[in-house]
Amino acid sequence: MGGLPILSLMLLVPLIAGIACLLVDARPARLIALGATLINLLLGIVLWLNFDIGGAQWQFQEYAPLFAGFSWALGVDGIALMLIMLSVFLMPFCILASWEAIRTRVGEYMAAFLFMEALMIGVFAAQDIFLFYIFFEAGLIPMYLIIGVWGGDDRIYASYKFFLYTLLGSVLMLIAMLWMVNVAGTSSIPALMEYDFAPAAQTWLWLAFFASFAVKMPMWPVHTWLPDAHVQAPTAGSVILAGVLLKMGGYGFIRFSLPMFPEASAQFTWLILGLSMAAIVITSLIALVQHDMKKLIAYSSVAHMAIVTAGLFAFNVQGLEGAMVMMLSHGLVSGALFLCVGVIYDRLHTREIARYGGLAINMPAYALFFLLFTMASIGLPGTSGFVAEFLSLAGVYQVSSWAALVLTTGIILAAGYMLYLYARVAYGEQRNADAAAMRDLNAREWVLLAPIAAAVLWMGVYPESFLAPMRQDIAMLEARLARAAPAGDANLVMGAPRAQSANAMATLPGAEHAGEGAH
Amino acid sequence: MDFGLSFYLAGAEIGLAAAALLLLLVTAWGGQRAARLVTIISVAALVGATAFTAAVMNNGAGLAQTEAFFGLYRLDTFAGFAKLLIYVSTIACLIVTPRYFERRGIYRGEYAVLMLFNAVGMGMMVSAVDLMTLYIGLELSSLSSYVLASFARNDMRSAEAGLKYFVLGALASGILLYGMSLVYGFTGNTSYAGIRAALTGELGTGALFGVVFVLAGLAFKVSAVPFHMWTPDVYEGAPTPVTTFFASAPKIAAVAVLARMTLYAFGEQLFGWQQIVVFAALASIVVGALGAIGQESLKRVLAYSSINNVGFLLIGLATGTPAGASAMLTYLVIYAAMTIGSFVALLMLTDDDGVPLSTFADIAGLAGTKPALAWCILLLMFSLAGIPPLFGFWAKFVVFQAAVQADLVALAAIGIAASVIGAFYYIKFVKVMFFDAPAGAEATRHVARSPAAHWAVLVIATLFISPLGFLLTPWLGAWSNQAAVSLFTLA
Repeated sequence: MGGLPILSLMLLVPLIAGIACLLVDARPARLIALGATLINLLLGIVLWLNFDIGGAQWQFQEYAPLFAGFSWALGVDGIALMLIMLSVFLMPFCILASWEAIRTRVGEYMAAFLFMEALMIGVFAAQDIFLFYIFFEAGLIPMYLIIGVWGGDDRIYASYKFFLYTLLGSVLMLIAMLWMVNVAGTSSIPALMEYDFAPAAQTWLWLAFFASFAVKMPMWPVHTWLPDAHVQAPTAGSVILAGVLLKMGGYGFIRFSLPMFPEASAQFTWLILGLSMAAIVITSLIALVQHDMKKLIAYSSVAHMAIVTAGLFAFNVQGLEGAMVMMLSHGLVSGALFLCVGVIYDRLHTREIARYGGLAINMPAYALFFLLFTMASIGLPGTSGFVAEFLSLAGVYQVSSWAALVLTTGIILAAGYMLYLYARVAYGEQRNADAAAMRDLNAREWVLLAPIAAAVLWMGVYPESFLAPMRQDIAMLEARLARAAPAGDANLVMGAPRAQSANAMATLPGAEHAGEGAH
Repeated sequence: MDFGLSFYLAGAEIGLAAAALLLLLVTAWGGQRAARLVTIISVAALVGATAFTAAVMNNGAGLAQTEAFFGLYRLDTFAGFAKLLIYVSTIACLIVTPRYFERRGIYRGEYAVLMLFNAVGMGMMVSAVDLMTLYIGLELSSLSSYVLASFARNDMRSAEAGLKYFVLGALASGILLYGMSLVYGFTGNTSYAGIRAALTGELGTGALFGVVFVLAGLAFKVSAVPFHMWTPDVYEGAPTPVTTFFASAPKIAAVAVLARMTLYAFGEQLFGWQQIVVFAALASIVVGALGAIGQESLKRVLAYSSINNVGFLLIGLATGTPAGASAMLTYLVIYAAMTIGSFVALLMLTDDDGVPLSTFADIAGLAGTKPALAWCILLLMFSLAGIPPLFGFWAKFVVFQAAVQADLVALAAIGIAASVIGAFYYIKFVKVMFFDAPAGAEATRHVARSPAAHWAVLVIATLFISPLGFLLTPWLGAWSNQAAVSLFTLA
């Protein structure tokens, strides 16, 4: 890429566009926002294409000692690259989803989203621990405004809860960071990832980081801000919240907790697995009884995030890869589901499930997309959700077969609540005349849903595109964790590799049956 | 002893005092008509003092001799740093003042003269290295402050604020003086260097009492809990420009005095005063945060906010290390910008009749009517709450970093957790301005146009606390470090 500071550029474009949006009217603000997010998507694609898979661990590094005490250090590895791609991919949809739904203070709204985009990219690209913290915390401000100004009826309560909950979670992490930098003598994240802290100190540091990431993730029982925030936020706000903000928690675990405190992570594996198991069962059951579509999807997000945390703390490659794919897949699928809710909310202005029914009759295209994303959320093979759940659970199984058993019930429950939701909304009688009169997707909504559907299928059919950039980083992480990894109870025995793949066609006509017997 | 050098080092105070005396005569004969002119000349005098101090500081690297008047007075980098901050804050306060009083027809030249005397007093305070100099400076500053608080003579609340401030301030001065007498009695010295030399080893009970009384008196001046009671009442009652001043310059001076007293005069007795400062710090943070919840008056909220901020400043002081002192100075600079900015914003919130919008209900929906002002207040409030990427975060960051480096991890953890309580009422400003609808179309009062001077101060303060401020951190850090090191340098 020569000397082009592409990451700084990706931060700068939305920042400048955001300031411009503050100064102009509604219509130019929408166009500026769309343009800026598309430019960033383009830059993101350039970034991905130029990322050297299997090359150096940290690429596109930038360094400028601009500040006292910390520096402007950016760079990405495969994990960060994928999450940045997710952010820049979802942003144009957020802008498009708000095209008609937001009519008041459009300039400020678009500015808040553009600032949000810059901050999200900053979180994933920061290579200095304090720079990371600044980006991580700064996201509170635009999100607080998005929920509070453009949210639903109960938006004030939701915005306060969101702000104070996540702030309280994060401040202790800052003290832990200050302590770490004081001891290690560097604020560079790559250096800290290789620094061995004393195991006794690791426990405290791990807990301080856990407080922050568990709230952000969110893990049961500190998830209660999420349903409130989701329900009250405007559609695009929910998309960005579920799609990217929740991933910051998982990213935090994989970037900080695991590599920096391997011993403490091993020590707290059962805490994480226990909370994940509780989360997946409890929140799935809660999701079953929801009347509000957004709330249902919000609870399903908590359940899906529990699979991420469990996968991360499986300490093996499958678990880590599964967790990462789950984050990407959930980002797409839950974002798309919120967009689906937004589509019908814009028409009828209610999220009450009972108000709809039989939408497959008058909105066939909508029902098709909704079905696809429902299935992806359940984890149907062929969709991204399947790859994510299969890998994560295979990883967890090696650590604890009981945990894997409980977590797997979550998939059954997910099928329960998602299909129940779909049946009530799309099938059955057309109960209400106004719902029956809704028209099908317009061109803008097609543009919203079709690319995400394509991405979901791509990730489901050929996940290698997404796994390849991360493979080396996850292998390094596993090597780092190996010394602390808890012994599993599965006692898997590695079989001898076959000479041929299981479905290889026998070349000799007589040996056909022998080949099939090898299944 | 070289008198020429002494006069040179005290040049800023001498010049300001001369200007103040001269302007007093101008006011006596010129009357109310000369008020504007007197203000402008006062600002010019303060600009001169700023330039002079900056020039001395620039030569300062080579200043072999910083002591003046036989060890009564010192102009080291620390004093220079504090003075520059004090002068700049005073200038900002003077610039935004005239309009407020002129609308009420009560503006007089004495206001600016009193501010100048106040500045002289504060300059002496931060330069004092002897209890006598300190007390004279402190009283000069305090007495002018009492008068300023009751400057709106026909306003009951202003008179009440002045009286309260005077009675409680006099009590605090008495306590301070009593503490000084004890310290003098047990060390046999009024100079800081002498006290430091005498207070080594075990701290005697009598001397400990002296230390405690001195700290109590100074805690009143910085309005640290448990000596904070006067702050909300005085801040609310005093005219807003005066409150702006109280929350900035005198507080900076008092914190600087407290720092020099503890770190230099009592420098050998860290364990004697450290727990007092730690308690005052945590109590200020918590009380400052809790007290503001439920307040309706904006000025009272900001008064509690200043108590809260003093708590964070004291965390830097409690470390007793050069890094802590440096962090405290950085905090002071950022605090000055935030507090002046937010009070000027309050000053700009007046309706067409000049009646201030003083409660949360009055500013409901401000973002719709006055977006620029609302956005400035939003940035200032998030900055006060210490949310990155605003510069207020950096202030808290350096203070907590110093605390962690000094192994006060528990103090830092409790302090930062308590800061979340404070965030609650800071974001209430944002909620009221941005989320709430105006109370009702007929009830909404039109916010008057603000003069350019107000906008200038507000915009400069806002730009300083915006993320752009981070670009200043290398310089700010270097200056603070130099100043902190000079504080620890034994003459």
